[in-house]
Amino acid sequence: MAEALLFYTLAALILGLGVMVVSARSAVHSVLFLVVNFLLVAVLYVTLNAEFVAVIQVLVYAGGIVVLYLFVVMLVNLKKAPERFSDPRRLARSGLLLGGVVLALIVVVVSSSLRAGMASEGTLSGFGTPFTSGNTEQLGWVLYTSYLIPFELASMLLLVAMIGAIVLAKRHLGD
Amino acid sequence: MLEITPLHYSLLSAALFMIGVIGVLVRRNVIIIFMSIELILNAVNINLVALSDQLQDLAGQVFVVFVIAVAAAEAAVGLGIIIAFYRNKETVNIDEIQIMRW
Repeated sequence: MAEALLFYTLAALILGLGVMVVSARSAVHSVLFLVVNFLLVAVLYVTLNAEFVAVIQVLVYAGGIVVLYLFVVMLVNLKKAPERFSDPRRLARSGLLLGGVVLALIVVVVSSSLRAGMASEGTLSGFGTPFTSGNTEQLGWVLYTSYLIPFELASMLLLVAMIGAIVLAKRHLGD
Repeated sequence: MLEITPLHYSLLSAALFMIGVIGVLVRRNVIIIFMSIELILNAVNINLVALSDQLQDLAGQVFVVFVIAVAAAEAAVGLGIIIAFYRNKETVNIDEIQIMRW
């Protein structure tokens, strides 16, 4: 039940934010919706027992690629300032809404952890369970044995792309 | 309905893919088109991770790592092209990018 609720909430948010990314009028808003979308997809990966991929999603997508997009948007079109969104009443309303959501989340987390604590009667269940090999370790093993050559090719691809991006974005070669 | 099967993830993935495709088709700002391509790649990744979890096979997650690497390379080179183009033509409207047409 909780799993289904989590999935449907995440799916609705991911699809809604995807629509917002595509339909946002300003490119900056589009990028910001994209960050939240990527973070929610990372949460979805955690629910699918793919922790390493979730961390990579946050680090590379939400941290790297999106910042690159933001830089390019700032460099390319800085013409229209978004005056429409500087309405203080609107800000107060969204602040109240977000505060309420965070409060509800805290209440849910605290009450469920209290209930779990009462159920386990003071024993540290869940903390002392040894996990023999996590998702990251297994993934690293597969990546460096079966997929070693594709892995090296990917690193070469990244090197070539980096050089290509520098050459393209440089103003004049030789300056 | 309450049990989440790989079909649910595939449907989510397909819907996100379609949103990305629609973005590529209807938007004229080339940066937003690039972001729609990122949405498409994410949709594919959701499918791969869900099936990897279902089949208990890590190959799906390895492919996701490769997709992310290729997406990073694509973003870097594509945005470099956009910067170089904007420096020459002062536009990011894809309808005005036609200097290679003859």
